[in-house]
Amino acid sequence: MPMPSPRLLRVLKVVAFLLCLGPLSVLLWKGFNHQLGANPVDVITRTTGRWTLTFLLITLSVTPLRKILHLPWLIRFRRMIGLFAFFYGTLHLTTYVWLDKFFDVSAMLHDIAKRRFITAGMTAWAAMLPLALTSTAGWIRRMGGKRWQAVHRLIYLSAAAGVIHFIWLVKADLRRPLTYGAILTILLGFRMLEWAIAKARQRTPATAHAASRPAQN
Amino acid sequence: MLIRKPDDISSSEITSKSTYLSRRKFISGGLAAGAALAGGFYLRDGATHREDSPVHADGPKLPGVVKSQFSTTEKPTSFQDITNYNNYYEFSTDKYEPNGLSKNFRTRPWTVKIGGLVSKPLTLDIDDIMKLAPLEERIYRHRCVEGWSMVIPWVGFPLSALINRAAPLGKAKFVAFETIFSPGQMPNQNRAILEWPYVEGLRMDEALHPLSILAVGMYGEVLPNVDGAPLRSVVPWKYGFKNTKAIVKISFTDSVPPTTWNRMAPDEYGFYSNVNPNKDHPRWSQKTERRIGDGLFSPKRPTLMFNGYGDQVAGLYAGMDLQKYY
Repeated sequence: MPMPSPRLLRVLKVVAFLLCLGPLSVLLWKGFNHQLGANPVDVITRTTGRWTLTFLLITLSVTPLRKILHLPWLIRFRRMIGLFAFFYGTLHLTTYVWLDKFFDVSAMLHDIAKRRFITAGMTAWAAMLPLALTSTAGWIRRMGGKRWQAVHRLIYLSAAAGVIHFIWLVKADLRRPLTYGAILTILLGFRMLEWAIAKARQRTPATAHAASRPAQN
Repeated sequence: MLIRKPDDISSSEITSKSTYLSRRKFISGGLAAGAALAGGFYLRDGATHREDSPVHADGPKLPGVVKSQFSTTEKPTSFQDITNYNNYYEFSTDKYEPNGLSKNFRTRPWTVKIGGLVSKPLTLDIDDIMKLAPLEERIYRHRCVEGWSMVIPWVGFPLSALINRAAPLGKAKFVAFETIFSPGQMPNQNRAILEWPYVEGLRMDEALHPLSILAVGMYGEVLPNVDGAPLRSVVPWKYGFKNTKAIVKISFTDSVPPTTWNRMAPDEYGFYSNVNPNKDHPRWSQKTERRIGDGLFSPKRPTLMFNGYGDQVAGLYAGMDLQKYY
């Protein structure tokens, strides 16, 4: 598929933006229609948490997808999706801070120190924070592409901590958290494989490859 | 010459495209949405409170139910919430699903086997069990180990009535309960989520305490399947999981019987599992609880020692270190 025209790309971005707001809209709609069940805080917490992880995994899917499908322009959506992961993560954290702990700082510190699933969750959110703050073009310029990219590998930590947070919080029945874990493993596995292949290429004489596989961009 | 893999993202690709929604716009949009969410719920919460008049499923009424002095005067949680938010892992690990999944659960014919340290093992039919003692309404606080609570108008009779009928031997020190194993009806029993069937137990003096009941109804009606029909135990000063639903077996033992959650995670769920705000749990703070039905922005309530039944039951544990025997 050829690169979409700038106009089409803009339209696609608006559509993607609205789609990303879908989970929040559903939550709001249910909230106003008394459909959040017996324990609305529980539903809000779970929904925002699940979508944070989902958006993190979608963000991590962009690179494998654009390479496998040869759709380099998919990268144009990555920042938006990543920021939505941060957005839902922040709603998730706010639900905890406000509706679960009611801003009781000592109770929260106790939680972070004592409950490992909270420690993992806080780590996941904290790892996203610098990525959201340095998500602009200006920051990429200021930091330099290489360094920026290195810092943004923190998303691997964030996603892993997020999955661990989920695994550690369930009492029994690990099917759902392990599904997220499996998808994350595949997405990180793709990168490791790529890295291993690149390493192997570096070691073998390049001429053979130069003929068979031209460098692509 | 080495051919290197192109960088994941060439910097031109990143920097050139700031045409789409700038970060500032995005963040302010996000903040606005968040504020709308919070503000909206806040207004709604204050203006129109949930209709808490109990919505009944119009189940069969239980006749001749008498009031009990042991009932709390607190306002019962709505029928709707009680029956649509609970843990019944045999059906689902989701608290909203058991209601639907338990709709066709068969509660007749139903018998309960009574054995172990008794002079004569016996099998009782549920309809005879319901006549062991006059049915009473017991409005009890119910505290889940996960940090939420309800007020539930159970209908039942003292557990001691059944124990007396069973006539356990003098050396019987504990009572063990067992839930039905029926994987055809209970989908999760086909999976090793917990060790099935669900087993629980009480010390004999706990079981004989007048607050301990066997429930056969709720809100004056026959017990809904989702709440453990046709027969479940209720021990209101302990965390909810100490109660056994859909009981098919009761046996008397001279040593501590195995209990399901204790086997699963002994550091989290002790044999006693008395409600105790001073004993921290690895997952949830037990200091406070969310009362189901309270508004989104209502503060949590402080959890009371023995779930507020300390006056009646603290004596059972006199001299025991409750940090150790949790």
